[in-house]
Amino acid sequence: MISSDGIEDEEKWLAEGIAGLQQNAFHMHRSLVPIPKPNPNFVRLNFNSRFLDFQFVVVLLKDSNNLRDALKYSAQMLSELRTSRLSPHKYYDLYMRAFDELRKLEMFFKEETKRGCSIIDLYELVQHAGNILPRLYLLCTVGSVYIKSKEAPAKDVLKDLVEMCRGVQHPVRGLFLRSYLSQVSRDKLPDIGSEYEGCYSACEFILFGDPELRPAIGLSGLQGPAREKEKREKERSELRDLVGKNLHVLSQIEGIDLDMYKDTVLPRILEQVVNCKDELAQYYLMDCIIQVFPDEYHLQTLETLLGACPQLQPTVDIKTVLSQLMERLSNYAASSAEVLPEFLQVEAFAKLSNAIGKVIEAQVDMPVVGSISLYVSLLTFTLRVHPDRLDYVDQVLGACVKKLSGKAKIEDSKATKQIVALLSAPLEKYNDIGIALKLSNYPRVMDHLDNGTNKVMAVVIIQSIMKNNSCISTAEKVEALFELIKGLIKDLDGTPVDELDEEDFKEEQNSVGRLIYMFYNDDPEEMLKIISVVRKHILTGGPTRLAFTVPPLIFSALKLVRRLQGQDGDVIGEDMPATPKKIFQLLHQTIEALLSVPAPELALKLYLQCAEAANDCDLELVAYEFFTQAFILYEEEVADSKAQVTAIHLIIGTLQRMNIFGVENRDTLTHKATGYSAKLLKKPDQCRAVYACSHLFWVDDQDGVKDGERVLLCLKRALRIANAAQQMANVTRGSSGSVALFVEILNKYLYFFEKGNPQITSSVIQGLIELITTEMQSENSTPDPSADAFFSSTLRYIQFQKQKGGVMGEKYEAIKA
Amino acid sequence: MNFLVGAFKQPCNISIKFVDGDTRKQAPLKKENGQTVMVPLFQSQENIAGEVCLEPVVGKKVEHNGVKIELLGQIELYFDRGNFYDFTSLVRELDVPGDIYERKTYPFEFSTVEMPYESYNGVNVRLRYILKVTISRSYVSNIVEYQDFVVRNYTPLPTINNSIKMEVGIEDCLHIEFEYGKSKYHLKDVIIGKIYFLLVRIKIKNMELEIRRRESTGSGPNTYVETETLAKFELMDGAPVRGESIPIRLFLSPYDLTPTYRNINNKFSVKYYLNLVLVDEEDRRYFKQQEITVYRLQEDS
Repeated sequence: MISSDGIEDEEKWLAEGIAGLQQNAFHMHRSLVPIPKPNPNFVRLNFNSRFLDFQFVVVLLKDSNNLRDALKYSAQMLSELRTSRLSPHKYYDLYMRAFDELRKLEMFFKEETKRGCSIIDLYELVQHAGNILPRLYLLCTVGSVYIKSKEAPAKDVLKDLVEMCRGVQHPVRGLFLRSYLSQVSRDKLPDIGSEYEGCYSACEFILFGDPELRPAIGLSGLQGPAREKEKREKERSELRDLVGKNLHVLSQIEGIDLDMYKDTVLPRILEQVVNCKDELAQYYLMDCIIQVFPDEYHLQTLETLLGACPQLQPTVDIKTVLSQLMERLSNYAASSAEVLPEFLQVEAFAKLSNAIGKVIEAQVDMPVVGSISLYVSLLTFTLRVHPDRLDYVDQVLGACVKKLSGKAKIEDSKATKQIVALLSAPLEKYNDIGIALKLSNYPRVMDHLDNGTNKVMAVVIIQSIMKNNSCISTAEKVEALFELIKGLIKDLDGTPVDELDEEDFKEEQNSVGRLIYMFYNDDPEEMLKIISVVRKHILTGGPTRLAFTVPPLIFSALKLVRRLQGQDGDVIGEDMPATPKKIFQLLHQTIEALLSVPAPELALKLYLQCAEAANDCDLELVAYEFFTQAFILYEEEVADSKAQVTAIHLIIGTLQRMNIFGVENRDTLTHKATGYSAKLLKKPDQCRAVYACSHLFWVDDQDGVKDGERVLLCLKRALRIANAAQQMANVTRGSSGSVALFVEILNKYLYFFEKGNPQITSSVIQGLIELITTEMQSENSTPDPSADAFFSSTLRYIQFQKQKGGVMGEKYEAIKA
Repeated sequence: MNFLVGAFKQPCNISIKFVDGDTRKQAPLKKENGQTVMVPLFQSQENIAGEVCLEPVVGKKVEHNGVKIELLGQIELYFDRGNFYDFTSLVRELDVPGDIYERKTYPFEFSTVEMPYESYNGVNVRLRYILKVTISRSYVSNIVEYQDFVVRNYTPLPTINNSIKMEVGIEDCLHIEFEYGKSKYHLKDVIIGKIYFLLVRIKIKNMELEIRRRESTGSGPNTYVETETLAKFELMDGAPVRGESIPIRLFLSPYDLTPTYRNINNKFSVKYYLNLVLVDEEDRRYFKQQEITVYRLQEDS
């Protein structure tokens, strides 16, 4: 209740203040009517105000009652500002009203001087006011006219005003008064005439701008109940704005050049700031300084500015201040290349780095996130200003590591965010992972991240690589990179496995897979090394990862194999380390690792890929071995019937393309394949696998195998199986199944017929066609439109071949369909 | 003496004119009835000359035993009302006894009159100069007319004018050093100075500078002292911190000061003091009073 009363009272007081102000302003306006003519006769006038202890005995123009009144009422008006009962916010309201009125008064003074009233007299006149606050407001108002009149050097007037303003020591009132002074004199501050002139006024400006700070911002809010404190905090921030304005005005004085700023202005401001001993005020002031003065000044005074930082209160939020500074400087550096030499000249990096070290040392209680964000800023600065100095970057990271060392992994999410930012910055800047890999401290910083973040960071790194399509070309780099992304490569200690999100995991591992393709070197030897390194790392990944990471490795290796094969085969001697043979050995072992996953189908596919590659390299034994492994896998591991179907077709397809096997080896393999085909569970699958096997005996190239008999054998067997399938359907469902299988077999017949297999004759085909037609017409056949369509289009094909004529046409003539 | 002489219908009008009455400077003078009139201004050693004009009411004859004009310098102490101490008294006979039928003028002159004291109108004392014309008559009361005039004496710039500088305070509580640029000020002067805060342990609310006038009249056990505060000039608003120095600039011209008068004719003194007052938040007042000398500087010097 007390506080609400307080607020009401305050409203009331403000209203009273405004009313008083307006009333006097009204009278003042009436007296601001211009005087018609100057009159040299002076008289003495006395007046007393009842409200004010305020006396003027004025030597005035005879009929300028209005000047007298103007002064009297304006002083009365201004005396409303003497109140101590308003909060700064409310006070500001009152002040702004007075401010507006004073502008009119200033105009009036200006008119007066044009009419012959001496400005010097006016200047004296307003000083007769008994109360200091109205007196100084009036004095500042006249002072601004005085400066404009150029009857006295601006600096003298200004100096005088500044000096007199010291009389107001009350924090709020003083602040507003000074603010008023800086407002009215803003456009009139001395231009640079002599060095002395500008310098002097500038410094005085600061001096006078100072005393308000300590009491105003510093002393308030130390004690009292929470609500009270909140209110004071608010007051502070309002006051800060005013101080900021004053500093801003200072920065706009043209008279201040760099030397002056360096030698006088800045040291004095800093002295004040350090002396004010209040954390918020210091923070705010430092921030103001950084924001209002030009960048090149900061650059040249870096030492002084940074020197003040450790002297501030230990609780000051110095990191934000420094971050701001560095951001400004780096923006400045980015703005133009011409300024960069300046940075080098002043050794900006060394100074900043030094200062940060000191600050971190001095502020023991600063949270980790604070120090890291400082390093982030420094790093950003370094990257912008010294993109060529990797050692600087490394130095920053090193400092960061030092700071983090001896601490457990960081759990604070803000801190980890900052670290991620720290680590991402060089990647973004250089767009080249190679740079990051050169930074010895980079992985050490990463070590301090918790596992989750570590992974995130690793993904970021990978994405960066992807985005820039940067190729990693040496084993060393690969090694370093894997060190960086090890969070993705293997389980780190203490990762709760069950927490992993399936999709995230896949995403991560896929990105690792993509990454592997980015490793490339023209030199096969080096490439082999890379592959070994990759292999070494991914094998540590554990079963869940291998399925994702092995295939890319295999294909990457196979690519190398193809490359070697593409080079002249003869050159590859035994002493060359990077022979396909060696690679295949490596691959073999790698794929074996997949068995532990277990991922037999994948392994099988990879074996077949390798076999094919080996085939192309003329390595019969190797190819055979791979096939053997594939078969073993098929036998032992592939149990699912669907998988078996897929696998057997793959095997058949691959085997069909093999051309290096000797008769014996080939026989063994084809025999096996055919055998497996016939042992598939479902009849249709059997049938299809078997007729596919027919291709194993008829390779349609020049010196391919052409064993027509065995082809026919296969096809016949397929027919038998199809027949069996029909019968089975009859038995189980009471209707014969589709003729689809027969039509498919017919197509195989036609294929081999066209290819000129002597065992496939037109009569055999004729027979098959008839068989199919009969089947289709039989009573208990199941209508199957797709099979029908297939059949009729097959027949159409036969017709088409006949009509086309030529050799093929003649051949087809014999078939009646 | 009959003060109400003007209330009666006089058989003869008396007017006093100064030779240079039109050009002579004038000064305001506060009369007993509270009105302010402008009267001629003189300084010591000046000739006071003019003419007295007697104008009887038409058709009446004024018999007299002689006409004279006196120049009187008087000190009037209010607690001793009715008693004037004439420190200066000069007489000029204007006419021998006879009759006046018509308007008649008499020139007069007091040359190089010694008027060492200035006109002064204080709380308990008045020092004034008058010209008094008396038409002496037998059997009936004399006809008397007065003309006031003001005397001001000017002082050259003092050769020695030291500053006033002093360190004062309360132990472990408040320690200030103040300095006024001069110890002697002329009436239109400006007091320049500063106050330096060496130690501040009390919560000061504001600080002001007062100009006080001390008028002491009488002597010995019958001394009356009257102190007036002529000016209250706020020097500082709010609480200063240690090391702060606050400027003083106080223009004296707005205030109705007189020069310092010391022991005028052993009857009275008027002295001026600067009183520096610091007020703390509990409205306690801490002050230090210093005498200053005020003098009248020749205006064109």
